[in-house]
Amino acid sequence: MAARGTGGSFTVWWVLVVAQLREQPVRLLVTVLAIALGVALGAAVYLTNTAALAEFGSATKRLFGDADVVVRGPRDGYSEDLFVQLARDPAVAMASPVLELEVALPGRRDTLKVLGLDPFRAAALQPALIGEIGAHLTELLAGNGILLSDSAARELDLRRGGTLPVSVGSGTRILKVLDVLSPAAYPQPLGLMDVAAAQWAFGRIGRLDRIDLRLNPGVDAERYRRDLAERLPAGVLAVAPEVERDRAVSLTRAYRLNLNMLALVALLTGALLVFSTQSLSVLRRRRSLGLLRALGVTRGQLQRALVGEGAALGALGALLGVVLGTFMAALMLRLLSGDLGNGQLRVLGVALHLAPLPMLGFCAIGTVVAGFGGWVPARAAALQPAARSLKGGDQDYTVGHSSTLLGVALLSAGAALAFLPRLAGLPLFGYASVAALLFGAVLLVPALTAWLLKLTPRSGRVVLDTAVAQLRGNVALSTLSLACIIVSFSLMVAMAIMVYSFRDSFDRWLGKLLPADIQLREPVGNDTAFLSDGDQARIAAVVGVGRVEFRRTRQLYLDPARAPVTLVARDMPGPPADNLPLVQSAPPQLQTGASAAWISEGFQDLYGYRIGDPLSLPVAGRQARFVIAGIWRDYARTTGAVVITRRAYVALSGDRSATEGSVWLDGRASAAAVDAGIRSALAGGGTLEIFASTAIRERSLQIFDRAFAITYALEAIAVLIGLAGVSFAASSTALARRAEFGMLRHVGMLRRQVVGMLAGEGILMSLFGVAYGLALGAVLSLVLVYVINRQSFNWSIDLAVPWWQLGLLSVTLVLAAALTAIWSGRAAMSAEALRAVREDW
Amino acid sequence: MSARALAGLLGAFAGAWVGTVAGAPLGTPVDVPVGTPLTVPAAAAGAAPAASARRYATVLPGHALEFPRDFGSHPQFRTEWWYVTGWLQTRKGELLGFQITFFRTRPDVDETNPSAFTPHQLLIAHCAVSDPTRGRLWQDQRIRRAGLGLAQAREGDTEVWIDDWRLQRRGADYSARLAADGFALNLTLSATRPPMENGQSGFSRKGPAAESASYYYSIPQMQIAGSLTRAGKTDPVVGTAWFDHEWSSDYLDPGATGWDWIGINLDDGGALMAFRIRGAGGETRWAGGTLERPDGRVRTLDAADIDFTPARRWLSPRTGIAYPVVWHVRAGPETIDLEPLMDDQENDTRLTTGAVYWEGAVRALRGGLPVGRGYLELTGYGERLRIR
Repeated sequence: MAARGTGGSFTVWWVLVVAQLREQPVRLLVTVLAIALGVALGAAVYLTNTAALAEFGSATKRLFGDADVVVRGPRDGYSEDLFVQLARDPAVAMASPVLELEVALPGRRDTLKVLGLDPFRAAALQPALIGEIGAHLTELLAGNGILLSDSAARELDLRRGGTLPVSVGSGTRILKVLDVLSPAAYPQPLGLMDVAAAQWAFGRIGRLDRIDLRLNPGVDAERYRRDLAERLPAGVLAVAPEVERDRAVSLTRAYRLNLNMLALVALLTGALLVFSTQSLSVLRRRRSLGLLRALGVTRGQLQRALVGEGAALGALGALLGVVLGTFMAALMLRLLSGDLGNGQLRVLGVALHLAPLPMLGFCAIGTVVAGFGGWVPARAAALQPAARSLKGGDQDYTVGHSSTLLGVALLSAGAALAFLPRLAGLPLFGYASVAALLFGAVLLVPALTAWLLKLTPRSGRVVLDTAVAQLRGNVALSTLSLACIIVSFSLMVAMAIMVYSFRDSFDRWLGKLLPADIQLREPVGNDTAFLSDGDQARIAAVVGVGRVEFRRTRQLYLDPARAPVTLVARDMPGPPADNLPLVQSAPPQLQTGASAAWISEGFQDLYGYRIGDPLSLPVAGRQARFVIAGIWRDYARTTGAVVITRRAYVALSGDRSATEGSVWLDGRASAAAVDAGIRSALAGGGTLEIFASTAIRERSLQIFDRAFAITYALEAIAVLIGLAGVSFAASSTALARRAEFGMLRHVGMLRRQVVGMLAGEGILMSLFGVAYGLALGAVLSLVLVYVINRQSFNWSIDLAVPWWQLGLLSVTLVLAAALTAIWSGRAAMSAEALRAVREDW
Repeated sequence: MSARALAGLLGAFAGAWVGTVAGAPLGTPVDVPVGTPLTVPAAAAGAAPAASARRYATVLPGHALEFPRDFGSHPQFRTEWWYVTGWLQTRKGELLGFQITFFRTRPDVDETNPSAFTPHQLLIAHCAVSDPTRGRLWQDQRIRRAGLGLAQAREGDTEVWIDDWRLQRRGADYSARLAADGFALNLTLSATRPPMENGQSGFSRKGPAAESASYYYSIPQMQIAGSLTRAGKTDPVVGTAWFDHEWSSDYLDPGATGWDWIGINLDDGGALMAFRIRGAGGETRWAGGTLERPDGRVRTLDAADIDFTPARRWLSPRTGIAYPVVWHVRAGPETIDLEPLMDDQENDTRLTTGAVYWEGAVRALRGGLPVGRGYLELTGYGERLRIR
């Protein structure tokens, strides 16, 4: 075998790979699958996200066109006088008035975005959107007509000449579908109306909620925006059109990062598997490798070939992963709406764009990570003197003492990182903390194992004592199997604690928020449907309704760059803690009076308020002053919410309408009868949704479980990979100790006793690993719950430990470890036991 | 890109609108108002409601014009325009033509809508400057809904504006201020005589049908003082202008394809307005005019008094339309030749009215000697050019 140069390296590599494949196909398959999983998840998240953002970006671009400044108000709008004022501004070349509404549609839970605009003015700013109005301008101006985008028409199953009923208040208005725009005009669901017709149809006479401005040449847009901001009424903001796009995009950032982190964990697990597989195979082939060295293969060639083996596994896995990921992305885009299921970016019918270059990147990452996993054993094998390899016998890894120090340093760093705030709005330090804690803890395993074994007393039983003695003498090798158990088990524990805590907190939160028997709600986020004063009185008068409470929600813009905050005006009878899931409240003197405001944790985190701080909110076009009287938990809105009393809201705005309500039944009244009563009282009820609280609770938990289904799936996979790792490690240990088994048998130990010793070793090691993994997992769960969760979603979770779940998993893992130890010991001893002794002697 | 989109939008709009109000079959050339800068080619697009419920005021003979009331807007009529043309001279002696039009139209909308944006009236403005030194025609246009104080045609006296474009009467003076794309006009026009009522005391027939008529008066020989800005450079200008104001509800008969119109300020202080309406074969379907003598005597001209004879054509390199730009015109006792200030005075208002037409400054000659200056308008020569 003349192995020289690169060609030589390749030959060496090829010989090794083929031999490997023949010998351990299952192991290789699992390793490849683990890497494929990591790469697939990463690629799918990337593809879905890129496609959705590209779609969203192009849609936003059409919506805002060539505007330099967008003047955006609260969702209930502002006076059109502002438009007149801006249209006359000498710096403004064109001002285009817009009424932008999420319109509620009877019988549908989602809303339709409708733009009411002045085509003569909008044509200069949004040519792509307006271009097709042409033929229908006369009808559009005539009133009561709407043009639908192609996707809206398909979604609503409407054609030219059809009618579109819309909910306004609790009533219904009928719009005429003048035509359907071509798909090129606007890719998302949208309706276009004349601004005058829209103002009238939706009861917004005199109001606008958006004005697009194009400035005269030479006017500094940034400066103009700043100056304009000073002149605008309370709650009205001047923003750059890019901000409108970025705001929506940034909503999903934390969610995307979390998914990417899961992908990274899968990838690292894959690397760990490559490491253990390669360690095992290097041990198995130590004599062939020695022979190759003796035949003239250089140390470098051998190392490259062995690293190449790992990389080959990685490349295969990554390739598979990219294909799998593309399919996953296509499926996700079809089933979900492109926002990875978190419902914050509403984009429909997103087309998947294949991205060859980034996919090549994912292939490279998988290959490199796997190659790195193979590098450690390859280096060890290459450094081994050829003569010693040829002679055979037990292998030994030495773990440097410096690793203990590094471990301590990493643990301390991990602890410190957990206390840092988010970076660029993302919990990056939190993830760094998890990584540091994990690696630090693994590096400490050898030292800890040695120390624990030293403490273990003699039991007086031969099998057990031999097991302990064996472990003592073989700390480094044991570390390999332990690392596998610890990494996978601790991550699993951390994840289980986090999800369980979240579910528990969520469940209690639902209970607090849904104390009544029946909940009423107009479609979330809609701007047109509401319950008038009269509707509310009619609902209260329905037979069977005991007590009823109404709420009004509004969207407020507090910061141009952020998504709107939800203002909730509701009754607050009795102490606030009875009405809201408070996590913190002010002294009682602050909690009463019209000026009390209770902010959600998201509000607190995003805008940096504390209990007792004054808070200024734009209500009905004026800044109203409040004092923060409490902070409550809100799992419904990550972008912040604030509760004020309905009395204060009505006093400020004069608006007595409501969008939500809670109904307590009177005595033995049935929910179904009251539901029917309310519907008939409102003559059908338009878009009003009526739910029994128990049903909402059930459905919410279902949605929760579905949202975490991907997490559960990953957990299961982590357990399987962990078990596979344990079994690989056990086999490699057993294999490395063939000579030792032979010796033990030789000195008179029974086969049963050797197996017993191995089981003892397995149980001891896995007990230790499980205990260590539990402790580490508990620490990691703290970081997940208190740092990563809080920084990603702006809400808190109370720690809750799923004891029985963890107990069951621990027992399973210990048993599995013992069984694999026994099984691999038997395999190692069976036929070759005697040959093993001979090998050494 | 934006221009193309807008053209599609408004061209089709104008066609649909005219198709609607005239009740004419689609695809036929309709509603071509005489003496206005507006041609509106019928568009194939637009499903016009068959019979509009809207009732517009009717133009009737025997109705005396009353000033200043009739200087103002008449919103109860379907269409109306204020139209200023004339010649300008800079201090360096440069001669230019200019044209300013404000056009009002009343679309068919639900007038019970209380919204301030309800388009009870639409306003269109167009202005152009013929600049032979540079060999170009400066032009710009706007279309808006009336209302909110941003665009309006006032009743009671002439005051019409779209954003910062404005035409307004104050006593005997009119001021016109239009800061347009690349150029600006800031003119004061002084009337030197009372309005000249066209037709029968301002009742001007446009075709064989009795309802094809408008109320129409002109103010010739207006003296101009003001400034013209081109590409950032402002020059003081003087000159003579012609002012038209016309309103109507039912205009031309469906057989008309276009018209030729002139408004000439004669050097002796007189004034000549003449028009003829052409049929599909180029034949004269109707004609009329007014001749005012320097001493104020007015003679109303009828079809038999008027002949338009083309002498030379100019082919537009942009649209491929051939316009007769040199004419021999007989109007009652006057016989004149018309020579354009420059050949290329083709106007493109596809963005607002959907029309392409020739409208430009012309010299009036008698026996080769100059006797006056004015404007010539040629519409309906581009039937081949239909907007969607």
